[in-house]
Amino acid sequence: MSVGGVWLVILGGMLVTFVTRFSFIGLLPAERLPPLLRSGLGFVAPAVLAAIIAPALLLPAGVLDLSLSNYQLLAGLAAMAIAVRFRNLWLTIAVGLAVFWMLSALGA
Amino acid sequence: MPRVDEPSTAPQAPPLPDAGSAARQFLVGGRDQLPLLLGVIPFGLIFGALALQAGLTPVSAQAFSVLIFAGSAQFIAVGMLSSAPAGLVVATIFVVNLRHALYSASLSPHISHLPMRWKVPLAWLLTDEAFAVAALRYRQPEVRLAHWYTLGTGLTLWAAWQASTALGILLGARVPEAWGLEVALPLTFIALLILSIRDWPAVAAALCAGGAAVVLHGLPFRLGLISAAILGVAVGVVLQARRGRAASGSDGA
Repeated sequence: MSVGGVWLVILGGMLVTFVTRFSFIGLLPAERLPPLLRSGLGFVAPAVLAAIIAPALLLPAGVLDLSLSNYQLLAGLAAMAIAVRFRNLWLTIAVGLAVFWMLSALGA
Repeated sequence: MPRVDEPSTAPQAPPLPDAGSAARQFLVGGRDQLPLLLGVIPFGLIFGALALQAGLTPVSAQAFSVLIFAGSAQFIAVGMLSSAPAGLVVATIFVVNLRHALYSASLSPHISHLPMRWKVPLAWLLTDEAFAVAALRYRQPEVRLAHWYTLGTGLTLWAAWQASTALGILLGARVPEAWGLEVALPLTFIALLILSIRDWPAVAAALCAGGAAVVLHGLPFRLGLISAAILGVAVGVVLQARRGRAASGSDGA
């Protein structure tokens, strides 16, 4: 792609990204949404986060991998257990990374 | 959660531990973003290095992070540059970032009283990480100065994303791939996911969204992600409404 094309992508990407982020804050405030839709706002965080995480853990290479050599999945399950028990971000990430590195070292 | 509300008898409630000055809220917001940087910084490093490999100049590579400021969309866009026309790349960025509209809707009631000079920067900084941390903050009882918290958490992420992109551009091909640090990002999201779940409808919303995202993974332009998220939200709404009816509707959640 030409230099001009790249800048078109950057400026266009800036615009459309801001539009998604500003949409309900600036253009269509949530107060004006019907109550049924508003009651869904509290589920946005768990739903989107789960939709990001599940493929990353279950399909690390693009295909479903439920085997014991899927270290992402095993580290993720360990992190989940720690998060449920201790509700602490640092600890969750540290344990998850430690499990991932340990499995990689043992398996390699 | 125990709450002590004694309106008329107590003279003046003592300040809640999370209240305090705007500056303090700003700093606490920044501090609460720090663990997430473990996932974001490697991601930024890899983006900087990858953008150069894709043939971008250092300035345009950094401009992606400064102006678009959306990690996964940036990766996908850079990957498309050599083969797709600019319009299609921009359309893809839009679709990949549609989930931000859900964050925007979710944050909107909390900041609707603020002037535009607050709404524009807070919208600009509305990433996955900033939203997830801010959403936890808005559950606390005292939220008068929480926009300072949200600003602090968003700016911290923005600064880390710029610095790590710049470092990735500097290091170029010397960014090590073997550290397995790309696993840190899903781990930070796992921690946020668990903290964001408070009740059974939220558990069901997460399970349905996660399952649907796996099934729909093959859809183009990451449409599976936004479809799965909307499905999860819908399941949460339905279960919550049922629950409200079963409890004969007096707890008004």
